[in-house]
Amino acid sequence: MLKVIAFNRLSQTAYLCLGLLALILLPWLVGFTGGNYWVRVLDFALLYIVLALGLNVVVGFAGLLDLGYIAFYALGAYSFALLASPHLPQQFESVAAVFPEGMHFSPWMVAVFSIILAALFGIILGLPTLQLRGDYLAIVTLGFGEIIRIFMNNLDRPLNLTNGPKGITAIDPIQFLGISFAKPLDLGFVQIPGLYLVFYLFLLLAIAVAIICTHLQNSRIGRAWVAIREDEIAAKAMGINTRNMKLLAFAIGASFAGVAGVLFSAFQGFVSPESFTLWESIVILAMVVLGGIGHIPGVILGAVVLAVFPEVLRAIVQPLQNVIFGHVLIDAEVIRQLIYGLALILIMLYRPGGIWQKSGTK
Amino acid sequence: MSDHLLLDVANVSKRFGGVQALDSVGLQVPYGSIVGLIGPNGAGKTTFFNVITGLYPADSGIFLFDGTSYFPESVSEVTKSGLARTFQNIRLFGEMTVLENVMVGCHCRSKTGVLGAIFRLPASKREEQSIREKSLELLAYVGLTEFANMQARNLSYGHQRRLEIARALATEPKLLALDEPAAGMNATEKLELRELLLRIRADGKTILLIEHDVSLVMGICDGLTVLDYGKVIASGKPADVRVHPEVIRAYLGQGAV
Repeated sequence: MLKVIAFNRLSQTAYLCLGLLALILLPWLVGFTGGNYWVRVLDFALLYIVLALGLNVVVGFAGLLDLGYIAFYALGAYSFALLASPHLPQQFESVAAVFPEGMHFSPWMVAVFSIILAALFGIILGLPTLQLRGDYLAIVTLGFGEIIRIFMNNLDRPLNLTNGPKGITAIDPIQFLGISFAKPLDLGFVQIPGLYLVFYLFLLLAIAVAIICTHLQNSRIGRAWVAIREDEIAAKAMGINTRNMKLLAFAIGASFAGVAGVLFSAFQGFVSPESFTLWESIVILAMVVLGGIGHIPGVILGAVVLAVFPEVLRAIVQPLQNVIFGHVLIDAEVIRQLIYGLALILIMLYRPGGIWQKSGTK
Repeated sequence: MSDHLLLDVANVSKRFGGVQALDSVGLQVPYGSIVGLIGPNGAGKTTFFNVITGLYPADSGIFLFDGTSYFPESVSEVTKSGLARTFQNIRLFGEMTVLENVMVGCHCRSKTGVLGAIFRLPASKREEQSIREKSLELLAYVGLTEFANMQARNLSYGHQRRLEIARALATEPKLLALDEPAAGMNATEKLELRELLLRIRADGKTILLIEHDVSLVMGICDGLTVLDYGKVIASGKPADVRVHPEVIRAYLGQGAV
């Protein structure tokens, strides 16, 4: 008996090491066969995992339908864009006077700041909506998301804070221990391209967030969230302070998006309000629901599938038409949206609980 | 106020629009007893429960629990102070397992915070372990051990009622308030429930019971309070209440007296 357990442990560790090795080799494999474009797609898929896991805390665990989640991502992204780009010093002489060499806050400092800022805004969103559930909550959160985006879009006058729809450019790249992620890292025997470094960084973040979510789920706090989702009155009768627990869910979910936003803006080097539309909130919600709401591995799978699938379609639709019809019959972008929508409908029809739902649920 | 009373409420009134749901209702529950609250449908029993547990705010009333006065405003605070309840229309956490349902009940007697949970600090691990053990003990106590890992909503009706009791016991209440625990049970299940309630009392807990099943109530209650149209019409020992003319009228109609 003991031997069996020991063996299981061993094989578990072996699988874990193999999986980790595969993930480390993944960007090389993808970069070699598909080029940098696909490594970039992978980088974004990892960011989406972080976002989907964060939204899953709010929607999946606590059962609070949030359609404005992208706003917290925007807060993180704009925090870094403003604190690590020439924009503010250029606009305001007083800022330029304080930072004669330009504003170059480290992304890690801004990440900590964004966690606090996003969590605070999560609570600000949560407080007036404590009594709301379902559709009503969805409408309010939707409005919140749009307010943040419209602010970003219009805060270019009278004071040019966000540069409006043109967005903020020349944002500092990610740096870690003096290594810039914008250029390849030369290890002597091998050169690691910056995109691959970003992949590893985002991978670390995604793994950390997944572990945090798992630990929370299997704790007194995670159980309280699920209890609120299942029956709020009964949860209160168990002595759960439902107000604090809901605010906590909003704050934690938001803080993940805040960190992801900082890394997004450092990775892109550019942010504009266009990246934070309602459509983005819906895509992230679709990742959560499609993957398996409340189930962490399912949510991760959903994020990967929905981040990579549209790119795959983009790549194959046009050549495929050329092969079949000899020429391009329907515009690639149109057919891509069509297939994407159809896939969502089919999955929800045949797997209403998500692609990878919790075992034992129907 | 006498000091042998765990719960002593008086003059509780609650109005819903034009309906006076509760009209100066008073109720005393001595330590270590089982007190029944009975009355015809719509008499205000569940409303009374909802008021003393803080679910509905009372219009007026004097509330004394375990020697301290309280005004029930927050359900979770009332539970923390030691008054746990079950629901007439069972309110389990359906998607969670039977064991997890009881573990949720331990929430207000544990204190792991966000950081403790995220980093699995030693204290949090110990607490989690003790929550699990305590919950398993409670499942054994109500006889649901074999269903521990089953989803709560797949339990049979009688078992769901037992699980609600186990979950309420997990909050470590001084007073256990049960809202029609025998509703929908067959004769065997009722007999088992009766044994369970007597065991809970023998283990030092006090029980307040809303129940329709007269034989169950008469058999185990030390005291009875009868409500009709939001008013207390009789109160006392079961044998006295049973022959009270007002009670007979309320239950059987005018002509029966």
